[in-house]
Amino acid sequence: MLILTCPYCGVDCDETELGAGGEAHLKRHGPGSTDEEFESYIFQRENPRGVHFERWRHAMGCGKWFHAARDTATLEVFGTYVAQAFEPPQEIKDKITAKRPGWTWRDVA
Amino acid sequence: MSDVVTALDGATFNGTIAVEDAGLTGMITLRGDFASTSFQNAVTGVSGVNFPGKGEVNSVGDRGLAWMSPDELLMIVPYDQTNAALAEITENLGEEHHLAVNVSDARAVFRLRGNGNVIREVLAKLTPADLRVAALPTGRVRRTRLSQVPAAFWFSAEDEATLICFRSVAEYVFGLLRQSAAEGSEIGYF
Ligand SMILES: [Zn+2]
Repeated sequence: MLILTCPYCGVDCDETELGAGGEAHLKRHGPGSTDEEFESYIFQRENPRGVHFERWRHAMGCGKWFHAARDTATLEVFGTYVAQAFEPPQEIKDKITAKRPGWTWRDVA
Repeated sequence: MSDVVTALDGATFNGTIAVEDAGLTGMITLRGDFASTSFQNAVTGVSGVNFPGKGEVNSVGDRGLAWMSPDELLMIVPYDQTNAALAEITENLGEEHHLAVNVSDARAVFRLRGNGNVIREVLAKLTPADLRVAALPTGRVRRTRLSQVPAAFWFSAEDEATLICFRSVAEYVFGLLRQSAAEGSEIGYF
């Protein structure tokens, strides 16, 4: 069972109190974008075995969206951070590096 | 005029703990900027209790303020004073961006009384929330789910907890609590 700490409430939330929001830090491509960009935005998703960044919503709680960094294979949670971040904060990246040296995710490392 | 009643109309249950319909309760959902002094003053002035810190609930008598999210509070007042309190908030805040809504009749409130450890156990059977005293001491509110529906609860004393859910699921939640507090179902975990 996955337990994530809501960065707004500070409480440890069980997976069943949360809504899953899919991959984190997607850039929206809409009108004016190329077909390739639009296809990528709509369909192309990371599916890593290991370090992953996701969006979650504290649905049965404060209702806020937030980000989580975790390992999809071990369910280890590296940390959670606010929804307003455009990329993983350095502090989270450092925590991951300490445990998974050499990790990469999209163009983040 | 029709009589105003709660969803459970005063129902009570006595098992390992006492589960009671808390009766008509005035509740106002408030949203605004917690950092704003005028918002804080308006809210504390009307409620008569201190502004709650993150995750806290402050109450004095039948008035209270519960922290529901970084921009949402639940104000509790006597039922017949709800509209007056709402008007006062609206007047005090004037043009300041905020939201204040009377949700008294959209919610159901339960009072759980008995041995504190047993109350914690009755709730823990129904929710994934951490019910240990260290995680949920008196005066701390927890929004979570009870079985399949959203709920919020807090301990106002070690032997008394208040629980709020949507009115439409009051009967369902009462059923959950009756089953969880059935005689002979004690586990003694806490
Ligand atoms: Zn939260």
